[in-house]
Amino acid sequence: MLLQVKNLRCGYGSLEVVHGVSLHVCAGEIVGLLGANGAGKSSLMKSIIGLMAPWHGGVWMNGRRVAGQPAWRSISNSMVLVPEGRQIFSDMTVRENLLMGGYHNPDRGMDLDMVLDRFPRLRERIAQVAGTLSGGEQQMLALGRALMARPKMLLLDEPSMGLAPLMVEMVFAEIRAMRDLGVTILLVEQNATATLQIADRAYVMESGEIILEGEAAELLHNPEVKRAYLGKGYKEVWE
Amino acid sequence: MGDDSLFLQYLLSGITKGSIYAVVAIGFNLIYSATGVLNFAQGEFVMLGGMIAVTLCAFLPLPVAVAAAVVIVALTGCLLEILFFRKLRHHTIMHMIIITIGLSIVIQEVALHLWDEKVRSLPYFSGSEVSSIRIFGASVSPQVLWVLGTVAVVVVLLHAFLRYTLQGRAMRACSSNPDAAMLSGINISNMRTLSFGLSAALGALAGCVISPITMTHYEMGAPLAIKGFAAAILGGLGNPMASVVGGLLIGVIEAFSVSKLPAAYNDVTAFALLLLMLFVRPHGLFGSPSGESVREV
Repeated sequence: MLLQVKNLRCGYGSLEVVHGVSLHVCAGEIVGLLGANGAGKSSLMKSIIGLMAPWHGGVWMNGRRVAGQPAWRSISNSMVLVPEGRQIFSDMTVRENLLMGGYHNPDRGMDLDMVLDRFPRLRERIAQVAGTLSGGEQQMLALGRALMARPKMLLLDEPSMGLAPLMVEMVFAEIRAMRDLGVTILLVEQNATATLQIADRAYVMESGEIILEGEAAELLHNPEVKRAYLGKGYKEVWE
Repeated sequence: MGDDSLFLQYLLSGITKGSIYAVVAIGFNLIYSATGVLNFAQGEFVMLGGMIAVTLCAFLPLPVAVAAAVVIVALTGCLLEILFFRKLRHHTIMHMIIITIGLSIVIQEVALHLWDEKVRSLPYFSGSEVSSIRIFGASVSPQVLWVLGTVAVVVVLLHAFLRYTLQGRAMRACSSNPDAAMLSGINISNMRTLSFGLSAALGALAGCVISPITMTHYEMGAPLAIKGFAAAILGGLGNPMASVVGGLLIGVIEAFSVSKLPAAYNDVTAFALLLLMLFVRPHGLFGSPSGESVREV
């Protein structure tokens, strides 16, 4: 088991938004984490990576307890988060963004070439200020920046958000390619169908709790998944 | 002396003072970018640099005294950040700005007790107060060239540091997007400390080179902080290199205002300019309205 989360609770101020979530990701897997807006997926990601302190429970990476460590340490645990909304350094160039991703990587020069080979669009725009890139290009930059750290475990928070359909397809293809590279992926998405098509397993979150888990292929045909997105009244309205 | 050389004289004295404002403004910007705090104790670093160098100069050669003063003030800057700001991240920015004002007062009082209220100065780095170099008919103290040269070198080195080194880029990354910087493995607490240390070092160096011209006095910090702040606003907060232009402009405008207005109005010019900028263009001459501006504070 590469990543293990046990009974994790966290929140903002006095408001708890994640109520004791447990999940695990095995090496080489793509695991989806699905759920509607406000289900607590992003908060869960933030407390796994260390941007938010967990109130209770623990996170283990490769058997080492990592919960409660500051986020900048997550890289040395080979864990990288690509946050919601991409969060690139918008006033720095594409090249500088990528190099920052490899801040702790002594071979960042070599890896820069590797990343640019994967994303030829970024090579074309290497000297451009990152804020001027299109949404899809910015997402590629965020993925490329994460790869620069040579992660074993990659957490992706809504990588397809706000992208054109063609771009969404590219991003999902890229996620699959990264798995083939040996990177384990925990993928948070609202796009359930696309996620379940590339994932091995998935969890479904609702109101801060995991309500469903299983093989992706099974969940793809499970009506409960749809219900989790559409709210509790779904059954009365649709059936 | 003809009108031309008089003009040149004012211009040079304006550029000299302006270059010091520029250094203070760069210090403002470095800390503001990294932490969001406007550090009104910035001028005290200039005073401390001068004072410590004067004291050390009594038993050390001048270059060593200056270098030691810069290092001591840099460490002081780091220490202040660790003591007063590192643990206070959950406080509002406004709290932290008020802490800097308090620090500025405390540092002044400590300086008053350590060095009394006498005006001191470092010896001229080369030549003496009577030596002068003639440039296009204007007579210039060699120390002016020291000031301009030092500031120019500092600006170029700082620019190169921020642009081309890993740590400098990491510093920019922290100001661009602190969360993303943290996710890239950058220890942003240390970067904030570094920004204080670097600002303090720059201020101290400015305090040393300007000391033979303007003298060093325990109260010199506060007005410098305000002028430096005006320069930073004029250039646009968040852009250290724009504050160079801001500083030079304020220095030159101030120098020429002395030629037209009574000398007592000397400080009025800078304040008027500061207010005008805040009303009309709070994002500065080179900032964009959508970008960082003082309004966010």
